[in-house]
Amino acid sequence: MAKHHVEAIINGDPAEFLCGTEQTLLDCLRDELSLTGSKEGCSSGDCGACSVMLDGRLVCACLVLGVEVNGKKVETIEGVAKEDDLHPLQKHFLQEAALQCGICTPGFIIAAKALLKENLHPTETEIRYWLAGNLCRCTGYDKIITAVQKAAAEMRGES
Amino acid sequence: MAKVTLPIEVARSHCHGERGHDVSGSDIREIVKKLELQFPGLRERLNQGLAVAIDGEIFQDWLLQEVETDSEVYFLPAIEGG
Amino acid sequence: MGNEKDHLEAIEGKEKFRFIGTSPIRPDGVDKVTGRANFGADFTANGMIHGRVVRSPHAHAKIKSINIEKALKMKGVKAIVTGQDFPKIDPSDKVVGEVVVSFYDMSQNVIARDKVFYDGHAVAAVAATSIKIAEEAATLIEVEYEVLPAVMTVIDAMKKNAPVLHKGMKTEGMDPVPKRSSNVASRAELKLGNAAEAFKDADVIVERDYTAQTVHQGYIEPHACVAEVSADGMATIWSSSQGQFMVRAFVAKLCAMNASKIKVIPSEIGGGFGGKTKVYLEPLALLLSRQSGRPVKMVMTREEVLRATGPTSGGHARAKIGAKKDGTLVAAELEMEYEAGAFAGSPVKLGCMTGFAPYNLKHVSCIGWDVVVNRPQAAAYRAPGAPVAAFAVESAMDELADTLGIDPLELRIKNAAVEGTQAPYGVKFPKIGCLETLRQAKATEHYNMPLGPNQGRGVASGFWFNIGGQSSASVMVNPDGTVIVATGSPDIGGSRASMALMAAEVLGIDYDNIKPLVADTESVPFSDLTGGSRVTFATGKAVVEAAEDAVNDMKRRAAKIWDVDIDQVEWKDGIATCIETDIHKPMTIAEIAAMAGKTGGAISGKANINAKGAGAAFATHICDVEVDPETGYVQVLRYTAVQDVGTAIHPAYVEGQMQGGAVQGIGWALNEEYVYSKDGQLQNTGFLDYRVPVASDMPMIDTVIVEVPNPGHPYGVRGVGEVPIVPPLGAVANAVSHAIGIRMADLPMSPPKILATIDAAD
Repeated sequence: MAKHHVEAIINGDPAEFLCGTEQTLLDCLRDELSLTGSKEGCSSGDCGACSVMLDGRLVCACLVLGVEVNGKKVETIEGVAKEDDLHPLQKHFLQEAALQCGICTPGFIIAAKALLKENLHPTETEIRYWLAGNLCRCTGYDKIITAVQKAAAEMRGES
Repeated sequence: MAKVTLPIEVARSHCHGERGHDVSGSDIREIVKKLELQFPGLRERLNQGLAVAIDGEIFQDWLLQEVETDSEVYFLPAIEGG
Repeated sequence: MGNEKDHLEAIEGKEKFRFIGTSPIRPDGVDKVTGRANFGADFTANGMIHGRVVRSPHAHAKIKSINIEKALKMKGVKAIVTGQDFPKIDPSDKVVGEVVVSFYDMSQNVIARDKVFYDGHAVAAVAATSIKIAEEAATLIEVEYEVLPAVMTVIDAMKKNAPVLHKGMKTEGMDPVPKRSSNVASRAELKLGNAAEAFKDADVIVERDYTAQTVHQGYIEPHACVAEVSADGMATIWSSSQGQFMVRAFVAKLCAMNASKIKVIPSEIGGGFGGKTKVYLEPLALLLSRQSGRPVKMVMTREEVLRATGPTSGGHARAKIGAKKDGTLVAAELEMEYEAGAFAGSPVKLGCMTGFAPYNLKHVSCIGWDVVVNRPQAAAYRAPGAPVAAFAVESAMDELADTLGIDPLELRIKNAAVEGTQAPYGVKFPKIGCLETLRQAKATEHYNMPLGPNQGRGVASGFWFNIGGQSSASVMVNPDGTVIVATGSPDIGGSRASMALMAAEVLGIDYDNIKPLVADTESVPFSDLTGGSRVTFATGKAVVEAAEDAVNDMKRRAAKIWDVDIDQVEWKDGIATCIETDIHKPMTIAEIAAMAGKTGGAISGKANINAKGAGAAFATHICDVEVDPETGYVQVLRYTAVQDVGTAIHPAYVEGQMQGGAVQGIGWALNEEYVYSKDGQLQNTGFLDYRVPVASDMPMIDTVIVEVPNPGHPYGVRGVGEVPIVPPLGAVANAVSHAIGIRMADLPMSPPKILATIDAAD
C-alpha cells in the first residue's frame, strides 16, 4: 500500500516524511526521522518511555499514528535543550543523579516538562501522580522526584 | 596441613561422605592433586562450578592460590550475580 | 604497584580523598538527558533488514514439523532459520567459569529443537526487508505441535507421576542417584553443626512455609541487537547486554565460530539487573545475517520480554528457627524448592548460602531443590536466589521476636554475624558491617516514630557475597594531559563516573579531564560481565592499578627529562616533583605528556586482573505500611535502607542503587507475579498487568550509608548493587503482618490476597 505523505513541525522545524498506515508516531520518529531519543519500552502506552508533546499535549508516541500528526507540532527530547543550554530539568536530572541506565530519562523529562508547564508549584504527590505513567526500574523514583522539585524551584526563580 | 571441607553432595558422590580432609600443599592445585589421588574423579567434579574459599576469601577461578599450613579451605558453589 | 597500605590509611581519614566520595555529573549524562545516547534498538546499519521470532503458543509440546515454504516465497523475505540450522551441541558441553553454563541448554533455549518447553519459546526466526513483512512471514511459518501436559509449579513438578520435561534428568546430589528421570535437577545441602540435635536446646521454635511467585527483572529496554556477517565470515554484533565478552563467547559457542571472528560492540544498556547476562536474539540475528548477507536487526516486544526472557524463580521455602528465651539463636533450618524454568539452574543454592548469613549460628541445615517447570529459563536477578530465602528467614526472625517479646532489631543485633562468624556455607567472615547496619537502623528517627491505626512496621536484613572476577583497564594519556580510561565493563548505573573518580584520585587530575569509556571486544582485553556487584570493586581495582601504571610511566619520563633516578620523582596532584633537588621545575601531567614523543612515545597504563578480596555486603531495611482493611490495599508510608557499602565512591549513585533495589523488592513483595493459564500461557504480558511500582506507589526512600571499608580494595569499596533487593520482601511482609495482625507468608501481598486473609481471620 502506498505510504502517506506527512508534514509536521518537529522541534520547531518543518519536517516531511512518508509513513505507512500502521506506523506509529514513535516508529516514524525513530525509523523515518532518525530521532531515536524517544524509546520504545512497551508499545502499549504503559511505560512512558516514548512520551512526546503533540500540539502541546503529553502523549505516548506509541499510541499515536504517524498520519495523525499531519499539520501538527511535535516536541521530542531532542528539542528540549536549546543549542548548548540544557533545560533546568535536564540539568537537575544530572545533578541529582536521577538516572541510572537512562532509557526512561527522555520520557520522564518530556512528561515532567509538561507538568511544569501546567503547574510550576507541584507538590511531591502531584509530581508522583503526574509521572505515574512513566516507568523507571532503576532509581526507585526518589531522585527523579527531587530533580523535578529542584527544576521547578529554579524555573520559579528561587535558585 | 590445610583443613579442607567439601560440599555434602561432593563428599557423598566422591569421598564416601567424608567432608573434612587434612591435606598438605602450598597451593590449591597441589591440594586438589593430592585429593584426586585419594578420590579419583574428584578434581573434575571440583572443576564443575565450584569456587574455593581460603581463610574466608572466595576465589571463583582457582588454581594457583597459595595455602598456608593452617589454612581453612572450603569448596562451595560458584556465585553468580545479577 | 600495590601501595594498598597508603590507600587504606587514606580511607581512615576520608578528607585525604580529593575526588572519591564526591558526586559529580556522570560523563555520559548529557547524552542520556538529551536523547543522544544509543541504546540497543537505536543502531542502524546500511542495508539493514529486520528479524522476527516465531514463538511457541504452547507451554510444553513436541515439534512434529516446521514448514517454512510459504514464508520463504514471500517477497522481501531474505532468510529463515530454525533449530536445525544451528550446530548440534553435546549435552556434556558446559563452560566452567564464574558459574556452570550448559551450552546444550542455552542453545535449546535460544531456539527449540525437538520440543518447546514454555509459552514463548523460540521455534524459528525470519528476516525480511521490513518489520511488517517479517511479521507477516512469521505467521506463514507452519509449526505442527504435539501438545504435552504442562507442568507449571514446583509442587506439580515434584509429584511422582508428573510429566517429565527432560528425559534423562536424574537428580544430582542425591545418594544414591535416582534411577528414574524427574523434574528435579539437583538437591543441594549445606550443614553446620547438628541442627536437629540443637533444636532440643531451644526454648522457642518458630516454623512456617513461605511462597513466592515468578517475577521479572523488568528492565525498561527490551533486548535488541544488530548482527552483520560479511562475505569473509567476519561478524559484528551491536547489542545491549551486561557483557560484550559474554555475548561473544556464547555466540561463538552456539554458532560454532571462532571468537576472533566475532566483534561485539556494546550499546548503552537500558537496565539489566541480571537479565541481560545471557543471549537470546544475537545467535538468531547472526545466522539470519549469514544466510541473507545483510545486517539483521532484532528487537523484542515487551510481550516477548516477559514470555521468553529471564524471570527469576518463584518457589517455596520452609524456615525453622530455634532460640533461647533471651533471644540467643540455637539452631536453624531452611528447605527450599525453586523453579528453574525450562532448564536446570535456579539460584536455589545461593538462597541456601545467603538466608542465614546475617546471623551467628552454630547449627544450621539448608536444603535446596532445583526444579524444572514449563516457564522461561530463570536468569539472574539482583542477588539471585537471596531475596526469597531472606523473605522466609526474616519473616521467621520477626515471628520469633514477636513470640519472645524482643524488639526485632535487638534480636538481630544480639545474633548478628561479625568478623570471624562462620557463615552457613562454612567460610569465616572477614571484616563486615552487618552489626553496624542494624545499630544504625535502630538509631534512625524512622524506627522510633509512632505508628497510627492500620499501620505496621517491619524490619529485615540481607546479605550478598559480591564477587570479584576478571577486569581489564587501559589508561591512555593524551598529548594534552587529559586521559582516557577504557574498560570492558558495560555501564549500567553510572559506573563510568566511579571509574573516572578512582582514576582522578590516583592521577591527581580533575575528574572532568578524564573520559571513561566502555570498549568493544577488540579494544580492551577480556573482562567478565557487569554483574555480581563487581564493577566498581573489580573494574575499579583494575582502573586504580592501570592509573598507577600510568603514573609510574610518567615518573619514568620525568626522571629521564631531569636525568635523575625514578625514585627521586614524586607524584602528587597530577604533578611530578624532583625530591632530591629543587633545580628541576615540577612538571604537570600536560607538560610530561607534551614531551612523550621525546621520552619514548605515548604514555599509558594497563591492568588485567582477576580481582580477589570482594567484600560481603549487608543491609537492613525498615518499612512502614498502612493497610486499608476495606480494600486490602497496602500503602508504603515510609522506607529506610541502611547498607554497608565499604566506601562510597560516588555517594549519589550508591544511594540510587539502594533506592532502586528497595523499590524492586517492594514491587516483588506487593504486586509483581507471573500469572499463567491452566495450560501454561502467560496471561500478563504487558506492563499494564505485570505491575511494577510507579512513582505514585512509592514514598521517598531514605538511605543510610554505612562505611566499613573492605580491606580487599585499595579504596575500601564493597559491591553495592545487589544486596538492596534482599531485605525488602521480608521488611514489607513483616510490616503488613503487623498492620493486620496476621502473618503474611505468601507473595505478592496484592489487595485481593490481603482482603481474603483478613476475611478468613474474621
